[in-house]
Amino acid sequence: MLAARVIPCLDVKDGRVVKGVRFQELRDAGDPVENAAAYEAQGADEIVILDVSATPEGRGHAVETVRAVRSVLSIPLTVGGGVRKESDAGRLLDAGADKVGVNTAAVSRSDLVAEIAQRFGSQCTVIAVDAAARPPGGWEVVVQSGAKRTGLDVVEWCRKATALGAGEILLTSWDRDGTRDGYDVDLIAAVAGAVTVPVIASGGAARSEHLVAALRAGASAALVASILHDGDTTVADLKLGLSRAGIMVRR
Amino acid sequence: MKQVVVVPTGTANTASVIAAFKRLDTEPVLAASPKAVEEADRVVLPGVGAFAPAINRIDQLGMREALTARIHRGQPTLAICLGMQLLCAASEESPDSVGLAIVPETVTRFGAELRVPQLGWNMVEPEGSTTLEPGWAYFANSYKVPHLPDDWAGATTDYGGGFVSAMERGAVLACQFHPELSGAWGSSLLRRWLWMEA
Repeated sequence: MLAARVIPCLDVKDGRVVKGVRFQELRDAGDPVENAAAYEAQGADEIVILDVSATPEGRGHAVETVRAVRSVLSIPLTVGGGVRKESDAGRLLDAGADKVGVNTAAVSRSDLVAEIAQRFGSQCTVIAVDAAARPPGGWEVVVQSGAKRTGLDVVEWCRKATALGAGEILLTSWDRDGTRDGYDVDLIAAVAGAVTVPVIASGGAARSEHLVAALRAGASAALVASILHDGDTTVADLKLGLSRAGIMVRR
Repeated sequence: MKQVVVVPTGTANTASVIAAFKRLDTEPVLAASPKAVEEADRVVLPGVGAFAPAINRIDQLGMREALTARIHRGQPTLAICLGMQLLCAASEESPDSVGLAIVPETVTRFGAELRVPQLGWNMVEPEGSTTLEPGWAYFANSYKVPHLPDDWAGATTDYGGGFVSAMERGAVLACQFHPELSGAWGSSLLRRWLWMEA
């Protein structure tokens, strides 16, 4: 039986790990290679790197970062941020990524998902979706770090992206990101119930109970960031909590 | 130092395979010719993406015979993920393609009731293998080999029922999982394969 995954996420800007609240107020959180190696040693099941560099010059660092992390990492590595063309995905895979996340560019031009999936396979095509709650209910896709609302329904978009070939959904609640209020379990249940590919829950984790709730709501994996970077907990502690709650993890 | 020759089946994931073998103090290089595949001490057949493009690529490189010959002879060869499926005769994924047909099996898709692709860590349980140990391995696959072929040892794993997670004969090891992404357990498996007698 497949184990539930705990996935540390490194937001990387200009070659350094940063962290923020609702994608803003970024602070330095160290070296990506050291962070990734430390999380693997703690029992991380995968590592996600999101390149949040604002400029093309900053993006140039991403390939170097991926190469450096790959050389020490013996678990899977997903890289997202700034993937606009099939060739961007190819460059990251060549540098040592195992999966590539696409976000904003896929919203503008959904064929990008199909192009990457056909060339490299669904198993390495991750659609990253940032979801914001909207009244009176449901969620809409937001892009550009939440600055732009698209009007696109999250569940519909996830269905479409998987039909185009995305093999996994990285689902981030924009409302919860960095808040430590717990994952948006209604959002997770809505998306996981609508698609047949694995869903990674993201945004809001503070304790292992939050991970338990996300996994029970249908997520296959839970993304964690600031609580690890701040040293409040470790991957090993989170997995112990999952195990005690009766959720199978790799230990 | 052991030399490891990697068959260039496509771009994706080759970097991870090469990085893993570098960590094991080997010198992995991409195979430049069919002759290199035939004569190499150790050959790795990685694979990602779909069955048809991968087997077509092998044919374009003219490496089908060299691969088939060395696997039949039991020379040290490691097939990973789609690479293992390519050893089979056919796949539901690409019905018009003919695999290396080392074994007569047909590759089938996971059931519709499951989350597919299978992405993540699952338990490998050896069956008659001397190289494989029980443990967690990382999988990324939508298709699988349903039955262990006659004359092969290997391992099985459960995802909506049992499937073949590894096959082993002589110094040929085929893994549905990614040993290069399976942490310390995967590294030690790669190391054992590196030291297997031809």
